[in-house]
Amino acid sequence: MRSSTKKKVDPLSYHLTPKHELLTAEQAFEVLKSLGVTPDQLPWMRASDPVAKAIGARPGDLVKVTRKNPLGGEVVIYRYIISG
Amino acid sequence: MLTEAAAKRLDQKLSELSNLLSPKMIEDIRKALSSHQVEMSEDEVDQILDIIVHDYVGSLVEAGEPVGVISAQSIGEPGTQMTLRTFHYAGVRELNVTLGLPRLIEIVDARKIPSTPMMTIYLTDEYKDNREKALDAARKIEFTKVENVIASTSMDISSMSITFRLDPDLMEDKGVTKEDVKKVISRLKIGEYTVEEDGEYTLILNFATLENVSSLFKVREKVLSSKLKGVKGIKRAIVQKRGNEYVIITDGSNLEGVIGVKGIDVTRIETNNIHEVEQLFGVEAARELIVREIKRVLDEQGLDVDIRHIILVSDIMSRTGVIRQIGRHGISGEKLSVLARASFEVTVKHLLEAAAKGEMEEFKGVMENIIIGQPISVGTGMVELSMKLR
Repeated sequence: MRSSTKKKVDPLSYHLTPKHELLTAEQAFEVLKSLGVTPDQLPWMRASDPVAKAIGARPGDLVKVTRKNPLGGEVVIYRYIISG
Repeated sequence: MLTEAAAKRLDQKLSELSNLLSPKMIEDIRKALSSHQVEMSEDEVDQILDIIVHDYVGSLVEAGEPVGVISAQSIGEPGTQMTLRTFHYAGVRELNVTLGLPRLIEIVDARKIPSTPMMTIYLTDEYKDNREKALDAARKIEFTKVENVIASTSMDISSMSITFRLDPDLMEDKGVTKEDVKKVISRLKIGEYTVEEDGEYTLILNFATLENVSSLFKVREKVLSSKLKGVKGIKRAIVQKRGNEYVIITDGSNLEGVIGVKGIDVTRIETNNIHEVEQLFGVEAARELIVREIKRVLDEQGLDVDIRHIILVSDIMSRTGVIRQIGRHGISGEKLSVLARASFEVTVKHLLEAAAKGEMEEFKGVMENIIIGQPISVGTGMVELSMKLR
């Protein structure tokens, strides 16, 4: 069957998707320094991920993800964009 | 109740603590103290806050605490009390959903297709208050074949013809007309034929060119299994009232197919197929869905598991940017240590491969150290001594 749509959806508007922000190189450097980690020790995100595509992230970038914490408040994590 | 001075004191103290405590905790403390029936003085506020901070700091995870093991136990133990096979009817009589242990296993195994895929589709403002329009949208989604609107068929071998008798009730229910059926048939590649109509609900196809009976059977099969309307994979679509709006609940899940249908609110659509969400909305959304699905299964069985354990599981599953299962093809299979992998499943294969490759065992993890009887590097065992040699 032909797929009934080729319609593009914005993954960022989906109710389960948390806020994603692309960091500049300077911001990314600051984050890594304050956490004291190398990028590959962070959780990863593929460059082919729909959200990564939507915010224009390229391999090597850092993305700041602000999740809502079910226990109240917000949790900030960083994801390292890898190719794939 | 607080005296004025005490209230001031509380505000000042809480703003000092805002780095340590989460915003929700601060809000809770403020609410609890100011709504308390007994009047409190400044000193008492101080004391209460001291106890809170002391308890909070004492309950934080310490460096070296084996959180993974604790999570595994905390989910595993209640898991033993789960009913093995439960079928739960999700509000609608006709649909049953796998919950309980089978569903939990399905989630942590990161199966591509759940055993009972299901969607809850919310509608846009224009559609959601109107039952007729909601039904209309549901009809567009439900996958309907010619077979589904037919009462009976018969074949006449002498004249090489097939008679399809349509069912008026079914056609009404699915929102299909006779013209739709004729149109679908005309698009099929079934050779030359002529259509006769006998009454309002009967179609007779005459095939002059067909040679034998078996090809006539084939044509019948082809007609019956051709698609009239709908989205692939959606076996049923039921309209239900939830709160003050109409939603569509489907048996079967196909996010990609459904998002193009008019009247559907893509931002709120729900499915229990984690893989589809990952494909369309990314890992973070899929991670969130894992948390919710596991929580739902545990809640449904009345098991109280702290959500932090579930969050840890979902974080680990989504760490590499794709959802990986917890098992030999996923997280356990990618451990660096040979012994840790071998102790999980398919022992001999791992040992043989490691031997062939000449892998090194570094004895950094828990499992391998237990096997050879060394202290594990967890808690106080994390401490290592080094000595400067002169």
